[in-house]
Amino acid sequence: MAKLITRRDLLVGIAASTALVGCKNKVATTFLDVMSRWNEHVDRLLFSENRLAPELPASEMTPESAFPSYFISDTMPFAPADWAFKVGGMVARPSVFSLEQLKRMPQTSMRIRHHCVEGWSAVAEWHGVQVREIAKLVGVSSDARYVEFRSFDNDYFSSWDIESSLHPQTILAYGMNGHQLYPDHGAPLRLYSPVKLGYKAVKYLTEVNFLPTRTGGYWENQGYDWYAGV
Amino acid sequence: MAAQASSTAQKSRAGRRAQPAPIRLAHWINIPLLVVMAGTGLQIFAAYPSLGPRGALYSWYPFQNVAPPSWIRLGGWLAGARHWHFAIAWFLIVNGLIYLVYMIASGEWRRRIFIPTRDASSALAMFAYYVRIRKTPPPEDFYNGLQRLAYTSAILFGVVVVLSGLAIYKPVQLYWITAAFGGYDVARVVHLSCLVLLALFTAMHLVLVALHPRTIIAMVTGGHRG
Repeated sequence: MAKLITRRDLLVGIAASTALVGCKNKVATTFLDVMSRWNEHVDRLLFSENRLAPELPASEMTPESAFPSYFISDTMPFAPADWAFKVGGMVARPSVFSLEQLKRMPQTSMRIRHHCVEGWSAVAEWHGVQVREIAKLVGVSSDARYVEFRSFDNDYFSSWDIESSLHPQTILAYGMNGHQLYPDHGAPLRLYSPVKLGYKAVKYLTEVNFLPTRTGGYWENQGYDWYAGV
Repeated sequence: MAAQASSTAQKSRAGRRAQPAPIRLAHWINIPLLVVMAGTGLQIFAAYPSLGPRGALYSWYPFQNVAPPSWIRLGGWLAGARHWHFAIAWFLIVNGLIYLVYMIASGEWRRRIFIPTRDASSALAMFAYYVRIRKTPPPEDFYNGLQRLAYTSAILFGVVVVLSGLAIYKPVQLYWITAAFGGYDVARVVHLSCLVLLALFTAMHLVLVALHPRTIIAMVTGGHRG
């Protein structure tokens, strides 16, 4: 069911693209749909769970004030006082974690390049806990193929393939550049990974669900690439 | 020396037209593909019309934050342009590979590719003729040295535009291509530079073809059998 919805949304997005090119016809829509699926296939073939994005020297750091950030709410979203992170879906032990619990888990830190769909890059350090660590703790079913990350930023969300979610550099980040995550970059907890374009890295996290089928995402439903591998 | 090289080339392509069918096909198919790639590429560029990483823009680039005019862009918006760009790229690559394989397999490269020892003096003489330093054009067999230089450069720009495109498309999974260019933002500069160079080539090509209309006929019908 969820898959059908995404597929319709993808077609709507692609139809919008073709309309603006001036070929409002089915042929162009079908062509782009076929090619998008082919590109996702290639993307998945290129992806390797063992290939790490290179760690960069401190000299490559982007001044934090120059590292862009955005949210889709009208005003900066702030976490509710009773904030906690829910983990559910196809898991043996659905759980709720406090920020303190997440911080006590093994920490992963990395200084890596961020790639935005717009074409810019920027470098920052990110500190957090691997999604694969959480997956181990809650006992994810082997039938789970997709992972959906949701936020309190006006329901911004994105869904991922499970392979990219379990990549060793895909983390739930609570720190940036040696300090705690600030609200403009998604406090208290955000998804971060070098293997996807920036819009897949959901900020202001509230929950993650392991699913059998894919759902879309805030930008994905408007026509942006769903896989968005880097 | 030049005559010898050209006579070997003549022999290996006995009976073939001036512009063999595979070359004509690849040439004409390339045009709409390049137009779509350029237009959608500029639409993508418009989303971040700057060069260099955030917080460290390249100081040598004079047009930071100047977006290309909308009439030159294709795809309507960023996601639309990306869908078209990454779809058409495959056809550009396949067309280019077929062209290159044919060039090598048929031996056509011998009379088309710029070989400095054979073509440098002819290229200089032709340039001198164009800028009116020299009164007569140098003798030419099939192509003169300057034509070979121009067409070989265009092929090179095509190869580099594809490689630099891959470098910025998958900078993590294809990190070795990205690293070979000196990193993501350098590869992006190379990618856009190739677009500018290909556009300059096309402009010169159109002027010269307009001055020598018979070459258009050869590129359509194939021209004389050799």
